[in-house]
Amino acid sequence: MASTVGVIFTSINDDHVPELTKVRSKGSIPFGGRYRVVDFVLSNMVNSGITTVGMLTKNNYQSLMDHLGSGKEWDLARKEGGLILLPPYSDESEILYRDRLEALKGAMAFLKKAKEDFVVVADSDAVYKLDYSKIVDAHAANNADITMVYHEHDCYDSVSYLTFDTDGDKIKSADVNIKSRGVNKHYINVFVARTSYLLSLLHTAISRGLTSFSKDIILPAIKTGRVYGYRLDGYYTDIDSLQSYYKSNMDMLDKKIRQEIFGGRDVYTKINDAPPAKITETAKVSNSLLHDGCLIEGTVENCILFRNVKVGKGAHIKNCIIMSENVIGENCNLSYVVSDKDSSVSSGVTLAGCEKMPYFINKGTRI
Amino acid sequence: MLRKKECVAMLLAGGQGSRLYALTSNIAKPAVSFGAKYRIIDFPLSNCINSGIDTVGVLTQYQPLVLNEYVGNGQPWDLDRTFGGVHILSPYEAKKDTSWYKGTANAIYQNIRFMKMYDPEYVLILSGDHIYKMDYDKMLAAHKEAGAACTIACMQVPLAEASRFGILNTNPDGTIYEFEEKPKQPKSDLASMGIYIFTASKLFEYLERDEKDPNSEKDFGKNVLPAMLNAGEKMYSYRFEGYWKDVGTITSLLEANMDLLGTVPNFELRDNDRVIHSRSPLAPPAYVTGSVSNSLIANGCDVEGSVINSVIGTDCVIEKGAVVEDSVLMGNIVVKAGAKVNYSIIDEDVTIGAKSVVGAAKTEASKVVGKTSGITVLGRGISVRDGGKVAAGEIVDKDI
Repeated sequence: MASTVGVIFTSINDDHVPELTKVRSKGSIPFGGRYRVVDFVLSNMVNSGITTVGMLTKNNYQSLMDHLGSGKEWDLARKEGGLILLPPYSDESEILYRDRLEALKGAMAFLKKAKEDFVVVADSDAVYKLDYSKIVDAHAANNADITMVYHEHDCYDSVSYLTFDTDGDKIKSADVNIKSRGVNKHYINVFVARTSYLLSLLHTAISRGLTSFSKDIILPAIKTGRVYGYRLDGYYTDIDSLQSYYKSNMDMLDKKIRQEIFGGRDVYTKINDAPPAKITETAKVSNSLLHDGCLIEGTVENCILFRNVKVGKGAHIKNCIIMSENVIGENCNLSYVVSDKDSSVSSGVTLAGCEKMPYFINKGTRI
Repeated sequence: MLRKKECVAMLLAGGQGSRLYALTSNIAKPAVSFGAKYRIIDFPLSNCINSGIDTVGVLTQYQPLVLNEYVGNGQPWDLDRTFGGVHILSPYEAKKDTSWYKGTANAIYQNIRFMKMYDPEYVLILSGDHIYKMDYDKMLAAHKEAGAACTIACMQVPLAEASRFGILNTNPDGTIYEFEEKPKQPKSDLASMGIYIFTASKLFEYLERDEKDPNSEKDFGKNVLPAMLNAGEKMYSYRFEGYWKDVGTITSLLEANMDLLGTVPNFELRDNDRVIHSRSPLAPPAYVTGSVSNSLIANGCDVEGSVINSVIGTDCVIEKGAVVEDSVLMGNIVVKAGAKVNYSIIDEDVTIGAKSVVGAAKTEASKVVGKTSGITVLGRGISVRDGGKVAAGEIVDKDI
């Protein structure tokens, strides 16, 4: 594959999931019993042979930095390239950015320094498996200016999005934030460009005072006929609300989806050592994911349990997502609960939400 | 700048572990899997870093490939250091006297230059086949306070079993007046745990002396420790009260795994103060449905069958209708639909065919007389065909 550098937005549309981003940026939302959602895009990059990745951060990025560390768990602690955090207020931008275009201006110094010919720019809040080198190859073969990745799915309650019409591989037209019924080609916020081309776009944006990536960059570029699409087949989900967070996690209980996302490759993440999960004589576990460190003495049904979750005797938890270091007391009864890290529920408490509106417990809460 | 380390640890990891039979055909004993996601060497390495010792020489000899790869640069134990850290020490070729490690003392002797690089005051000698959590720093403090030349960690064992160990005969103040290696008629029930702290200068002196003795077997227990006692060096015992298990046999390995089970286990791994580190694999969380009781399940497993009183390692698949009971599955094992695994230790990368039967129920199997006392052992990488049968107490190291 041609040499490629990666840029990841870790903090776009954080406000769409206020519950989970109160204490973190979007990229570091815990996912799937073990991961932070950024692990999926970052693992896609590493597994595509990318060894230099710039991470655009904004607010609340302490938890993200704690997760990524030096990047060694992704094999990105390197002398040449590796993982590079790009906080706001770089030498190119003096403001706290509001959207992708302003954010990308903060990556200009990083991109100028990069020796790689191509750049993959991606969001951090989606779960899918994709070999970016194939997009780069298609991009080069088409001699495109921009290649945008899309996924065909039904319109759901997304807050902002971009849909395409294509003519072969070419993108003919695009709609911004217009909801139309049925299956559409949704841009998944992943594009490939030549590094030099992206830099020239950013220079233009600065000199003309442009602010919107979709309206000021993408729509005019499509008119030139040099913007191509690349279809992502297979599973795709992104986290755009607590409801979609809940559904995306529960998708991981589906064997086929699990095999697609985790099979045949590694999804890298920060390693925390915990002993294997312990299931005692009084426990019953069905259709659930359990991370190392769990101690289960009660009944667990259709749940995703992160590291070191304790479920007491006689407790019954059903359809729940319980993040790491939670303690669920004896004889509790929980259904449709999403509990953020380090929380605890005292013995005998009953809590219930529903699929469309899970009951959310803030990080570090004692109930 | 002159740099030094107060204490350097030397971990003897060269043993063949022949009483583990098929489990050590291709790997050294310290690399044998334990407790669903660990290898035996995780325990002494974690003890080192948890005791503030960050310089460890790992002496390998027998089948070192898996062990070398596992230890790697030491990062999982925070032992990747710019000065110090973990180092694999294999036998090497020299201008004269090129040789394999001829005994525990000779192995350490051949690495005197490694230890001297760190100019240590003390040297801690460890073995790579014990399961325990211990604060070596406390032992070092006791060694310093006693002003001893050598301190030996020991623990009480039932007198009936004492003849399997090196036995310390001590005075009331803890000083040792006699050391007996596997005595037929033990005078005390204080067994050496094979953990020694030496004042470095004394260690170097006695190793060099032992090396020149043509009659020596070059062994700490048989030669070096008695020689020091005879010369009147101050030898001190350090009592350890806690869980400690030599997992050198099939029965003790199974027992030690079972000691992890239960709400209040004999040996507790969930301990935030003394975390046992390991090269934790990158597997997703375990998927569990079906019936699991009193068991450990590591990440990456897919359990749709029944698991009772068992330890299931990373990336194992237990298909629907399969039953695993009173067993240890080390990792990356497939137990196909309808298969039964009972009272067995299954090494990594094994496939057990549909409806096959491995071992027999513990109550029956434990009556079997043999090398493994009825425990069935399947060696690394083998397959049991669909409908296959492996009798209780058998040791199998090829496809069947």
